[in-house]
Amino acid sequence: MRVDSVKNGIVIDHIACGKAMQIYNMLSLDKLDCTVAILKNVPSGKMGKKDIIKIDRDIEINFDVLGFISPNITVDIVKNGKVSEKKHIALPEKLIDILKCRNPRCITSTEQDIKHIFKLADREKGIYRCIYCDSEA
Amino acid sequence: MRNLIDILDLSEKEIDFLIKKADDIINRPEEYREKCKYKKLATLFFEPSTRTRLSFEAAMMELGGGVLGFSEAASSSAAKGESVSDTVAVVSGYADIIAMRHPKEGAPLVASMRSEVPVINAGDGGHNHPTQTLTDLFTIYKEKGGFENLTVGLCGDLKFGRTVHSLIAAMSRYKGVKFVLISPDELKLPRYVKESHIKPKGIEYEQTSSLEYAMPKLDVLYMTRVQRERFFNEEDYIRLKNSYILTPDKLKNARQDMIILHPLPRVNEISTSVDNDSRACYFKQAKYGKYIRMALILMLLEVE
Repeated sequence: MRVDSVKNGIVIDHIACGKAMQIYNMLSLDKLDCTVAILKNVPSGKMGKKDIIKIDRDIEINFDVLGFISPNITVDIVKNGKVSEKKHIALPEKLIDILKCRNPRCITSTEQDIKHIFKLADREKGIYRCIYCDSEA
Repeated sequence: MRNLIDILDLSEKEIDFLIKKADDIINRPEEYREKCKYKKLATLFFEPSTRTRLSFEAAMMELGGGVLGFSEAASSSAAKGESVSDTVAVVSGYADIIAMRHPKEGAPLVASMRSEVPVINAGDGGHNHPTQTLTDLFTIYKEKGGFENLTVGLCGDLKFGRTVHSLIAAMSRYKGVKFVLISPDELKLPRYVKESHIKPKGIEYEQTSSLEYAMPKLDVLYMTRVQRERFFNEEDYIRLKNSYILTPDKLKNARQDMIILHPLPRVNEISTSVDNDSRACYFKQAKYGKYIRMALILMLLEVE
């Protein structure tokens, strides 16, 4: 199967298999009116299989979301058909207003206008904890 | 401006400082009688608590300060739907320091983000209760002379017991400490507590379901209540509940210089016939709580 190359835009590569839709939703890519391609189960030397998202426009990306969903992701910024910048995404130290705490006893379940903040507690295992109640994300 | 939300907000040095200060307050109370004159403590208790609130109030009064506040959410503006942030924004205009208890986990942290005066977490649901841990540490210091090389037995509900988790976090910082974790399978210490505090420091620990087995090894026995509602079925609760009730008989093999602590309130987990044993320190512990809270108030208000 062939999908055209991006001319000016972003390629989110090395997404863990099956995670592309989650990223699509969290980045609200459905709201874009440009071409967005979601490639699933693409053969990969390193990963066996991977997902890729191609966006045919240079948009602002929340890298924290990417790092949290799949920590080995790379982001290629493409200009005039060439990769002008390649970013390797690591797990962010903090996630702000990306996730909501699921603990019903957490203050975030009742307090209005409060930032939902998770801190990286274990980089090896990729565990985040709510700063208010310490619950795992 | 400092707050106390989690016991780990305090360094080992700061805890030592508070302990020395509390000890000095016991030895020279007259020196401290007017240290907080014209200062006010607001006790914002969104859920009832007898000991902690009275301990804070007594602490501020003994420092010559005043106290204002409420003792349940129903008598506060929270009943009208006011947020924690708004309540604190208002109260920090009236008081010099705030002690807050709230049923929601993390509420005191939210308060500290908004407050213009120091906030002390006086218990947030099943999460943190740092002044109880300070009380526990001060009691151990007073009764055992220090923290190093102590074998601490923690008995009962180790899964949900917030005081147990905080005490483990705080005690893990001292050399030669060992833990004996005594609980039914259903209420074992959560893995994350072991992984965050015990294992990284290579601390020796063992787990057992038998209080009798652990007893002879212990320098400190920290009791907590095994609550009926923590069990999936009534049969298990009935089978296990008596195993974790401390009686004079179970103390037969305990060391003579062991100390028995309990955060209180006690329901039936320590038989009243243990109260007269010289090793029972839980009422003294409540009294020590007032002095360590006095030291904490002084520290956070930056009063020399």
